[in-house]
Amino acid sequence: MGKMNNDLVQIKDGIKYIPGASAIVGPLNKIINWGRAGSIWPATFGLACCAIEMMVAGAATNDLDRFGIIFRASPRQADCLILAGTITKKMAPVVRRVYDQMPEPRYVLAMGSCACSGGVFDTYSVVQGGDEFLPVDVYIPGCPPRPEALLEGLMKLQEKIMQEQGRWSQFA
Amino acid sequence: MEPIRIAEKLQEQFQGAVLGIVEHRGQISVLVDRDVIFDIISFLRNDYKMNHLNCLCGVDNLKRVASHHERFEVVYQLYSIENRTSLRIKAQVPESDPSVDSITSLWTGANWLERETYDLVGIKFNNHPNLKRVLTPDDWEGHPLRKEYPLRGDTEWAGLIELKKKAIQLQQFDFHGAQTEQGADSDD
Repeated sequence: MGKMNNDLVQIKDGIKYIPGASAIVGPLNKIINWGRAGSIWPATFGLACCAIEMMVAGAATNDLDRFGIIFRASPRQADCLILAGTITKKMAPVVRRVYDQMPEPRYVLAMGSCACSGGVFDTYSVVQGGDEFLPVDVYIPGCPPRPEALLEGLMKLQEKIMQEQGRWSQFA
Repeated sequence: MEPIRIAEKLQEQFQGAVLGIVEHRGQISVLVDRDVIFDIISFLRNDYKMNHLNCLCGVDNLKRVASHHERFEVVYQLYSIENRTSLRIKAQVPESDPSVDSITSLWTGANWLERETYDLVGIKFNNHPNLKRVLTPDDWEGHPLRKEYPLRGDTEWAGLIELKKKAIQLQQFDFHGAQTEQGADSDD
Protein backbone atom coordinates (compact mmCIF):
# COMPACT_ATOMS: atom_id res chain seq x y z
CA MET A 1 0.00 0.00 0.00
CA GLY A 2 2.81 2.34 0.90
CA LYS A 3 4.37 1.70 -2.45
CA MET A 4 1.18 2.69 -4.24
CA ASN A 5 0.97 5.96 -2.33
CA ASN A 6 4.42 6.88 -3.44
CA ASP A 7 3.67 6.30 -7.12
CA LEU A 8 2.61 9.59 -8.64
CA VAL A 9 0.25 9.22 -11.58
CA GLN A 10 1.17 11.44 -14.48
CA ILE A 11 -2.02 12.98 -15.94
CA LYS A 12 -0.43 15.39 -18.33
CA ASP A 13 3.12 16.39 -19.05
CA GLY A 14 4.36 17.96 -15.80
CA ILE A 15 1.12 17.41 -13.83
CA LYS A 16 1.01 14.54 -11.37
CA TYR A 17 -1.74 13.09 -9.22
CA ILE A 18 -1.02 11.72 -5.74
CA PRO A 19 -3.39 8.75 -5.42
CA GLY A 20 -3.88 8.50 -1.65
CA ALA A 21 -3.89 12.23 -0.96
CA SER A 22 -6.45 13.31 -3.54
CA ALA A 23 -4.05 16.01 -4.64
CA ILE A 24 -2.47 17.23 -7.83
CA VAL A 25 1.08 18.49 -7.96
CA GLY A 26 2.73 20.52 -10.66
CA PRO A 27 3.40 24.12 -11.69
CA LEU A 28 0.30 26.32 -11.20
CA ASN A 29 0.51 27.54 -14.78
CA LYS A 30 0.32 24.02 -16.17
CA ILE A 31 -2.49 22.96 -13.87
CA ILE A 32 -4.57 26.00 -14.86
CA ASN A 33 -3.87 25.49 -18.54
CA TRP A 34 -4.76 21.82 -18.21
CA GLY A 35 -8.04 22.77 -16.55
CA ARG A 36 -8.86 25.35 -19.19
CA ALA A 37 -7.97 23.09 -22.10
CA GLY A 38 -10.18 20.36 -20.69
CA SER A 39 -13.24 22.57 -20.28
CA ILE A 40 -13.64 24.75 -23.35
CA TRP A 41 -17.21 25.97 -23.16
CA PRO A 42 -18.30 27.57 -26.43
CA ALA A 43 -21.23 29.96 -26.61
CA THR A 44 -24.24 28.48 -28.42
CA PHE A 45 -24.04 30.83 -31.36
CA GLY A 46 -24.34 30.07 -35.03
CA LEU A 47 -24.31 32.40 -38.02
CA ALA A 48 -25.02 30.33 -41.12
CA CYS A 49 -24.72 26.84 -42.58
CA CYS A 50 -21.50 26.06 -40.64
CA ALA A 51 -23.66 26.19 -37.51
CA ILE A 52 -25.46 23.06 -38.74
CA GLU A 53 -22.11 21.28 -38.98
CA MET A 54 -21.19 22.60 -35.54
CA MET A 55 -24.40 21.08 -34.14
CA VAL A 56 -23.51 17.75 -35.76
CA ALA A 57 -20.09 17.93 -34.12
CA GLY A 58 -21.83 18.46 -30.78
CA ALA A 59 -24.32 15.62 -31.26
CA ALA A 60 -23.99 11.91 -30.49
CA THR A 61 -21.71 10.68 -33.30
CA ASN A 62 -18.86 13.10 -32.76
CA ASP A 63 -19.81 14.15 -29.25
CA LEU A 64 -17.82 17.23 -28.26
CA ASP A 65 -18.80 16.58 -24.61
CA ARG A 66 -16.12 13.92 -24.28
CA PHE A 67 -13.48 16.68 -24.59
CA GLY A 68 -15.24 18.76 -21.96
CA ILE A 69 -16.56 21.00 -24.71
CA ILE A 70 -20.06 21.87 -23.59
CA PHE A 71 -22.16 24.50 -25.38
CA ARG A 72 -23.40 27.19 -23.00
CA ALA A 73 -26.54 29.18 -23.71
CA SER A 74 -25.08 32.37 -22.26
CA PRO A 75 -21.89 34.14 -23.36
CA ARG A 76 -21.29 34.95 -19.68
CA GLN A 77 -20.66 31.28 -19.01
CA ALA A 78 -18.69 30.67 -22.17
CA ASP A 79 -14.98 30.98 -22.87
CA CYS A 80 -14.94 30.23 -26.57
CA LEU A 81 -16.79 31.79 -29.48
CA ILE A 82 -17.11 29.67 -32.61
CA LEU A 83 -17.75 31.92 -35.60
CA ALA A 84 -19.81 29.35 -37.47
CA GLY A 85 -20.79 30.90 -40.76
CA THR A 86 -20.90 34.02 -42.91
CA ILE A 87 -20.57 37.22 -40.89
CA THR A 88 -22.67 39.91 -42.53
CA LYS A 89 -21.88 43.53 -41.79
CA LYS A 90 -25.24 43.95 -40.11
CA MET A 91 -24.55 40.95 -37.86
CA ALA A 92 -20.94 41.96 -37.02
CA PRO A 93 -21.82 44.34 -34.14
CA VAL A 94 -24.00 41.58 -32.65
CA VAL A 95 -21.13 39.07 -32.88
CA ARG A 96 -18.81 41.57 -31.22
CA ARG A 97 -21.39 42.14 -28.49
CA VAL A 98 -21.54 38.42 -27.75
CA TYR A 99 -17.73 38.37 -27.54
CA ASP A 100 -17.66 41.45 -25.29
CA GLN A 101 -19.99 39.73 -22.82
CA MET A 102 -17.69 36.74 -22.45
CA PRO A 103 -15.38 36.73 -19.42
CA GLU A 104 -11.64 36.30 -19.87
CA PRO A 105 -9.92 34.08 -20.74
CA ARG A 106 -11.79 33.84 -24.02
CA TYR A 107 -10.93 32.38 -27.38
CA VAL A 108 -12.29 32.75 -30.89
CA LEU A 109 -12.47 30.05 -33.52
CA ALA A 110 -13.18 31.06 -37.10
CA MET A 111 -15.05 28.13 -38.59
CA GLY A 112 -15.25 27.84 -42.38
CA SER A 113 -14.11 29.94 -45.32
CA CYS A 114 -16.56 32.77 -44.64
CA ALA A 115 -15.53 33.37 -41.04
CA CYS A 116 -11.84 33.07 -42.04
CA SER A 117 -11.83 35.38 -45.05
CA GLY A 118 -15.33 36.14 -46.28
CA GLY A 119 -15.10 33.12 -48.59
CA VAL A 120 -16.92 33.42 -51.89
CA PHE A 121 -18.89 36.38 -50.56
CA ASP A 122 -16.57 39.19 -51.58
CA THR A 123 -19.57 41.52 -51.59
CA TYR A 124 -21.00 44.71 -50.14
CA SER A 125 -22.76 42.98 -47.25
CA VAL A 126 -20.20 40.51 -45.89
CA VAL A 127 -17.30 41.12 -43.49
CA GLN A 128 -14.09 39.80 -45.07
CA GLY A 129 -13.13 37.57 -42.15
CA GLY A 130 -13.92 37.59 -38.45
CA ASP A 131 -10.40 38.85 -37.68
CA GLU A 132 -11.45 42.32 -38.89
CA PHE A 133 -13.03 42.96 -35.51
CA LEU A 134 -12.17 39.97 -33.31
CA PRO A 135 -8.88 38.36 -32.20
CA VAL A 136 -9.17 34.97 -33.90
CA ASP A 137 -7.12 32.16 -32.34
CA VAL A 138 -7.76 29.27 -34.70
CA TYR A 139 -8.82 29.28 -38.34
CA ILE A 140 -10.65 26.21 -39.62
CA PRO A 141 -10.85 25.99 -43.43
CA GLY A 142 -13.64 24.23 -45.27
CA CYS A 143 -17.01 25.00 -46.73
CA PRO A 144 -18.34 23.87 -44.39
CA PRO A 145 -15.62 22.09 -42.39
CA ARG A 146 -16.61 18.54 -41.49
CA PRO A 147 -17.11 17.84 -37.78
CA GLU A 148 -13.68 16.20 -37.78
CA ALA A 149 -12.16 19.50 -38.93
CA LEU A 150 -13.94 21.38 -36.16
CA LEU A 151 -12.64 18.80 -33.70
CA GLU A 152 -9.14 19.31 -35.08
CA GLY A 153 -9.58 23.07 -34.66
CA LEU A 154 -10.68 22.68 -31.07
CA MET A 155 -7.72 20.39 -30.40
CA LYS A 156 -5.44 23.05 -31.91
CA LEU A 157 -7.02 25.52 -29.48
CA GLN A 158 -6.32 23.09 -26.63
CA GLU A 159 -2.67 22.95 -27.73
CA LYS A 160 -2.57 26.73 -27.78
CA ILE A 161 -4.08 26.98 -24.30
CA MET A 162 -1.55 24.45 -22.97
CA GLN A 163 1.29 26.70 -24.12
CA GLU A 164 0.01 29.86 -22.45
CA GLN A 165 2.08 31.49 -19.75
CA GLY A 166 0.20 33.09 -16.86
CA ARG A 167 -2.77 34.45 -18.75
CA TRP A 168 -4.49 35.44 -15.52
CA SER A 169 -5.16 39.16 -15.73
CA GLN A 170 -4.86 42.13 -18.05
CA PHE A 171 -1.78 43.22 -16.05
CA ALA A 172 0.23 40.04 -16.49
CA MET B 1 -60.46 28.76 -64.76
CA GLU B 2 -57.37 28.62 -66.92
CA PRO B 3 -54.78 31.33 -66.22
CA ILE B 4 -54.92 32.49 -69.85
CA ARG B 5 -58.69 33.05 -69.52
CA ILE B 6 -58.12 35.14 -66.40
CA ALA B 7 -55.53 37.15 -68.28
CA GLU B 8 -57.98 37.76 -71.12
CA LYS B 9 -60.63 38.75 -68.58
CA LEU B 10 -58.14 41.25 -67.14
CA GLN B 11 -57.60 42.68 -70.59
CA GLU B 12 -61.37 43.21 -70.96
CA GLN B 13 -61.80 44.68 -67.51
CA PHE B 14 -58.80 47.01 -67.57
CA GLN B 15 -58.58 48.18 -71.14
CA GLY B 16 -55.44 50.12 -71.82
CA ALA B 17 -53.82 49.13 -68.53
CA VAL B 18 -52.84 45.64 -69.70
CA LEU B 19 -49.69 46.10 -71.77
CA GLY B 20 -49.18 42.52 -72.81
CA ILE B 21 -49.66 38.85 -72.02
CA VAL B 22 -46.64 36.55 -72.16
CA GLU B 23 -46.71 32.78 -72.00
CA HIS B 24 -43.55 30.90 -71.15
CA ARG B 25 -43.53 27.17 -70.45
CA GLY B 26 -47.19 27.20 -69.57
CA GLN B 27 -46.81 30.11 -67.16
CA ILE B 28 -48.85 33.23 -67.89
CA SER B 29 -47.46 36.68 -67.15
CA VAL B 30 -49.49 39.84 -67.54
CA LEU B 31 -47.62 43.12 -67.99
CA VAL B 32 -49.67 45.94 -66.53
CA ASP B 33 -49.56 49.66 -65.91
CA ARG B 34 -48.55 50.42 -62.32
CA ASP B 35 -51.29 53.04 -61.83
CA VAL B 36 -54.04 50.44 -61.57
CA ILE B 37 -52.01 47.71 -59.87
CA PHE B 38 -54.04 47.83 -56.67
CA ASP B 39 -57.33 47.51 -58.58
CA ILE B 40 -55.98 44.63 -60.67
CA ILE B 41 -54.67 42.68 -57.70
CA SER B 42 -57.84 43.19 -55.63
CA PHE B 43 -59.96 42.27 -58.69
CA LEU B 44 -58.04 38.99 -59.04
CA ARG B 45 -58.22 38.35 -55.33
CA ASN B 46 -61.94 39.02 -54.97
CA ASP B 47 -63.39 37.87 -58.29
CA TYR B 48 -60.99 35.10 -59.28
CA LYS B 49 -60.10 33.67 -55.88
CA MET B 50 -56.37 34.36 -56.36
CA ASN B 51 -56.23 34.33 -52.60
CA HIS B 52 -52.57 33.55 -52.02
CA LEU B 53 -49.69 35.93 -52.64
CA ASN B 54 -46.83 33.56 -53.40
CA CYS B 55 -44.20 36.20 -53.86
CA LEU B 56 -43.64 39.86 -54.46
CA CYS B 57 -40.34 41.14 -55.76
CA GLY B 58 -38.64 43.82 -57.81
CA VAL B 59 -36.72 43.51 -61.07
CA ASP B 60 -34.16 45.88 -62.55
CA ASN B 61 -34.30 45.72 -66.36
CA LEU B 62 -31.25 47.93 -66.96
CA LYS B 63 -29.17 45.20 -68.62
CA ARG B 64 -32.05 43.17 -69.97
CA VAL B 65 -31.64 42.24 -73.62
CA ALA B 66 -35.17 40.95 -74.21
CA SER B 67 -37.83 43.56 -74.89
CA HIS B 68 -39.33 45.25 -71.92
CA HIS B 69 -41.28 48.39 -71.15
CA GLU B 70 -39.75 50.21 -68.22
CA ARG B 71 -36.57 50.20 -66.13
CA PHE B 72 -38.16 48.48 -63.13
CA GLU B 73 -40.82 45.88 -62.60
CA VAL B 74 -42.66 44.73 -59.52
CA VAL B 75 -43.63 41.09 -59.96
CA TYR B 76 -46.64 39.68 -58.13
CA GLN B 77 -46.90 35.90 -58.04
CA LEU B 78 -50.53 35.02 -57.34
CA TYR B 79 -51.99 31.60 -56.64
CA SER B 80 -55.51 30.36 -56.16
CA ILE B 81 -55.63 27.72 -53.48
CA GLU B 82 -59.18 26.68 -54.52
CA ASN B 83 -58.58 26.51 -58.25
CA ARG B 84 -54.89 25.56 -58.15
CA THR B 85 -53.97 28.10 -60.77
CA SER B 86 -51.25 30.69 -60.65
CA LEU B 87 -50.79 33.97 -62.46
CA ARG B 88 -47.89 36.39 -62.65
CA ILE B 89 -48.54 40.12 -62.75
CA LYS B 90 -45.69 42.45 -63.71
CA ALA B 91 -46.24 46.11 -62.94
CA GLN B 92 -44.07 48.38 -65.08
CA VAL B 93 -42.31 51.04 -63.02
CA PRO B 94 -40.48 53.93 -64.71
CA GLU B 95 -37.01 55.02 -63.58
CA SER B 96 -38.12 58.66 -63.18
CA ASP B 97 -40.59 57.83 -60.41
CA PRO B 98 -40.03 54.34 -58.99
CA SER B 99 -43.20 53.93 -56.93
CA VAL B 100 -46.17 51.58 -56.81
CA ASP B 101 -49.28 51.38 -54.65
CA SER B 102 -48.88 49.07 -51.68
CA ILE B 103 -51.04 45.94 -51.45
CA THR B 104 -50.41 45.51 -47.73
CA SER B 105 -54.11 46.21 -47.10
CA LEU B 106 -54.97 43.08 -49.13
CA TRP B 107 -52.32 40.77 -47.68
CA THR B 108 -50.58 41.68 -44.44
CA GLY B 109 -47.80 39.36 -45.59
CA ALA B 110 -46.98 41.78 -48.39
CA ASN B 111 -45.62 44.20 -45.78
CA TRP B 112 -42.11 42.77 -45.49
CA LEU B 113 -41.97 41.73 -49.15
CA GLU B 114 -42.57 45.34 -50.14
CA ARG B 115 -40.02 46.53 -47.59
CA GLU B 116 -37.49 44.11 -49.06
CA THR B 117 -38.22 45.37 -52.58
CA TYR B 118 -37.80 48.92 -51.36
CA ASP B 119 -34.58 48.03 -49.55
CA LEU B 120 -32.84 46.21 -52.38
CA VAL B 121 -34.28 47.73 -55.58
CA GLY B 122 -35.39 51.11 -54.28
CA ILE B 123 -39.02 51.03 -55.38
CA LYS B 124 -41.26 53.04 -53.09
CA PHE B 125 -44.66 51.69 -52.09
CA ASN B 126 -47.36 54.31 -51.60
CA ASN B 127 -49.57 53.91 -48.51
CA HIS B 128 -47.23 51.35 -46.97
CA PRO B 129 -47.62 51.37 -43.16
CA ASN B 130 -43.91 51.05 -42.36
CA LEU B 131 -41.68 51.52 -45.39
CA LYS B 132 -38.15 51.11 -44.07
CA ARG B 133 -35.29 48.73 -44.79
CA VAL B 134 -35.46 45.08 -43.70
CA LEU B 135 -32.26 43.38 -44.79
CA THR B 136 -29.60 46.05 -44.82
CA PRO B 137 -29.02 48.28 -41.77
CA ASP B 138 -31.25 51.34 -41.39
CA ASP B 139 -28.46 53.79 -42.25
CA TRP B 140 -27.37 51.93 -45.39
CA GLU B 141 -26.76 54.00 -48.51
CA GLY B 142 -28.01 52.84 -51.89
CA HIS B 143 -30.08 49.90 -53.08
CA PRO B 144 -27.78 46.88 -53.58
CA LEU B 145 -29.75 44.95 -56.20
CA ARG B 146 -29.84 47.85 -58.65
CA LYS B 147 -27.63 47.01 -61.61
CA GLU B 148 -25.43 50.10 -61.23
CA TYR B 149 -24.61 49.22 -57.61
CA PRO B 150 -21.04 47.86 -57.47
CA LEU B 151 -20.61 44.33 -56.10
CA ARG B 152 -18.47 45.47 -53.18
CA GLY B 153 -20.47 48.65 -52.61
CA ASP B 154 -19.24 52.19 -53.17
CA THR B 155 -18.80 53.29 -49.57
CA GLU B 156 -18.13 51.31 -46.43
CA TRP B 157 -21.05 51.09 -44.01
CA ALA B 158 -20.48 53.52 -41.13
CA GLY B 159 -21.46 50.86 -38.59
CA LEU B 160 -18.59 48.58 -39.60
CA ILE B 161 -16.01 51.38 -39.48
CA GLU B 162 -17.23 52.24 -35.98
CA LEU B 163 -17.09 48.57 -34.98
CA LYS B 164 -13.48 48.21 -36.14
CA LYS B 165 -12.51 51.32 -34.15
CA LYS B 166 -14.27 49.94 -31.08
CA ALA B 167 -12.49 46.59 -31.49
CA ILE B 168 -9.10 48.38 -31.38
CA GLN B 169 -10.15 50.43 -28.32
CA LEU B 170 -11.25 47.34 -26.40
CA GLN B 171 -7.99 45.49 -27.07
CA GLN B 172 -6.43 47.01 -23.94
CA PHE B 173 -8.86 45.09 -21.70
CA ASP B 174 -7.92 41.68 -23.08
CA PHE B 175 -5.92 39.27 -20.94
CA HIS B 176 -2.55 38.52 -22.42
CA GLY B 177 -0.16 35.93 -21.15
CA ALA B 178 3.20 37.05 -19.84
CA GLN B 179 5.97 37.55 -22.36
CA THR B 180 8.30 34.62 -22.81
CA GLU B 181 11.07 36.00 -20.59
CA GLN B 182 8.62 36.70 -17.75
CA GLY B 183 7.05 33.31 -17.98
CA ALA B 184 9.99 31.63 -16.24
CA ASP B 185 8.03 31.21 -12.96
CA SER B 186 5.96 28.45 -14.48
CA ASP B 187 8.81 26.11 -15.36
CA ASP B 188 9.14 23.02 -13.25
